[in-house]
Amino acid sequence: MTRAAGAGRAPSRPRRERSGRGGPGRDRPGRERAGPVRGAWFLVLPALLPVLVLSVGPLLYGIALAFTDAQSGRAGPTRWIGALNFRDLLHDTLFWESFRIGLVWSAGVTVPQFLLALGLALLLHQDLRLRPLARALAIVPWAMPEVVVGVMWRLVYHPDAGVLNETLRDLGLGDGRDWLGGPATALPAVIVVGVWAGMPQTTVALLAGLQNTPRELHEAAAVDGAGAWRRFRSVTWPALRPVALAITALNLIWNFNAFALVYVLTSGGPGGRTRLPTLFAYEEAFRYGQFGYAAAMGCAMVAVISVILAFHLAARLRGGEDG
Amino acid sequence: MRSGTAARAGQYAALLAYLLFLALPFLWLLSTAFKPPRELGGPHPAWIPRDPTLANFQQAFAEQPLLRAALNSLVAALGAAVVAVLIATPTAYAVARRRTPLGRAATGWVVVSQAFPFVLVIVPLFLVLKNLRMVDSVPGLVLVYVVWALPFALWMLMGYVRAVPAELEEAAAVDGAGRLRTLVSVTAPLLAPGVAATALFAFVTAWNEFFFALVLLKTPERQTLPVVLTRFTGPEGVADLGPLAAAAALATLPSLAVFAVVQRRITSGLLAGAVKG
Repeated sequence: MTRAAGAGRAPSRPRRERSGRGGPGRDRPGRERAGPVRGAWFLVLPALLPVLVLSVGPLLYGIALAFTDAQSGRAGPTRWIGALNFRDLLHDTLFWESFRIGLVWSAGVTVPQFLLALGLALLLHQDLRLRPLARALAIVPWAMPEVVVGVMWRLVYHPDAGVLNETLRDLGLGDGRDWLGGPATALPAVIVVGVWAGMPQTTVALLAGLQNTPRELHEAAAVDGAGAWRRFRSVTWPALRPVALAITALNLIWNFNAFALVYVLTSGGPGGRTRLPTLFAYEEAFRYGQFGYAAAMGCAMVAVISVILAFHLAARLRGGEDG
Repeated sequence: MRSGTAARAGQYAALLAYLLFLALPFLWLLSTAFKPPRELGGPHPAWIPRDPTLANFQQAFAEQPLLRAALNSLVAALGAAVVAVLIATPTAYAVARRRTPLGRAATGWVVVSQAFPFVLVIVPLFLVLKNLRMVDSVPGLVLVYVVWALPFALWMLMGYVRAVPAELEEAAAVDGAGRLRTLVSVTAPLLAPGVAATALFAFVTAWNEFFFALVLLKTPERQTLPVVLTRFTGPEGVADLGPLAAAAALATLPSLAVFAVVQRRITSGLLAGAVKG
């Protein structure tokens, strides 16, 4: 899914000092603008309505569904069944296995993705000759439909017609294998694709962060004889940290929500080795028609997302005023 | 000085490695698309097809309703882009120009939307659209895409609005231009490139989208390109590699074209919105 790479930089921390009823001096400009504010409501309404009907509404509806026995195409009325779905879910070992795979996938993609993107961003920040070409190429995976990315990598991994096995054969490293079909290699193979597909957004966000690093400070440190690593640690990283934190939290969440890539690559196979919780819930809802139970799974996933967000916010707050 | 040269060489080597990692899979897709069945089935596939052919493209169009699907994708993506920008531009203007509780709510919503749990939303969304009799219809999908594109459209546009100096508008007002006149002849021209970039970005997002389209569109004639692409897998579960690669390469072209046009704008636009957020 295409996301706004810069979004993580929004002030997600509630700004009390601005929203509070500050001093009387602060109130006055607000009152002066009371007229246009009413106009603003009018301008905002067209955006507000669809968001409420198709976004906030379904979210609340979804949470409510988790407490019902809603099924697709059932004759009888849907009933409230309390926390029964959640009690079932607690004992659903298949789902928790899928949940574990989802966490492994999410962390397994996010960490290498960050490190690789950081390296690429640092390179692209340098005054290298091929920079415009490299910048353009670096965001190509971003432009591609996820389904095409999946199809493409299936061709790369293909046991016979794939380039990976052919290269291995050429190098004399054995006959290659069925990467996506083998129980041991399927998840790692899928994770590599996830890293590839998500690198551009992370790189662009980190490049933006790098543009904020004070160049004079960098030069001063170089004059003082600080090595590259030292300069990175003491000049670049402190300026980059807020962006790095934001994009990492977002990547964790995006990857945990991922669906299309793995759906196209393996459909969750072999034997459920790559069945992310999103795929699990999708099958539960649209193959078996268990709407209520699938909604309960969605709620369990939201809990994880909330934890990631909470950690992120805590880290931001600890980062202090400069963060 | 010599260590500097060595470091430079290292940097170029690293950059080259990155570019190979990023570009090679795509080149392989192109190579596969032009290979005849003999080369696909046989041993030792080559980077450059020995016998390049266009048969895969022909077969792709014969096997699946690709034109129909491309048309559906086009309608969905254009509709989503146009409606999203029409709705988001006034909102972004209002939010970026005045500090109101709405501004904070909008920014908060942009952040929350990035963490949106699609799995939890898809079932109720399906049910809501079913009640509106809009399941399995392209207009229904457009509606979903609009809502889905709004947060980042808002985000980008807010950045572009802030980049238009308010002093210019004030100067126009001092010169006696009315509110509407100011908007039309001062703000709009300056904002237009940003609006275009936002629309194109929304277009690509909708063009590439898969999950909602998979769930919401059931009739084959109404499905979008990404959904149709997944159907190249035959009944026995074996994909017809050549036509699949050909169709996948074609499906990428519009997105790549758009990205090539607005590449600089998208990155700088997102960053502008971000830095001043």
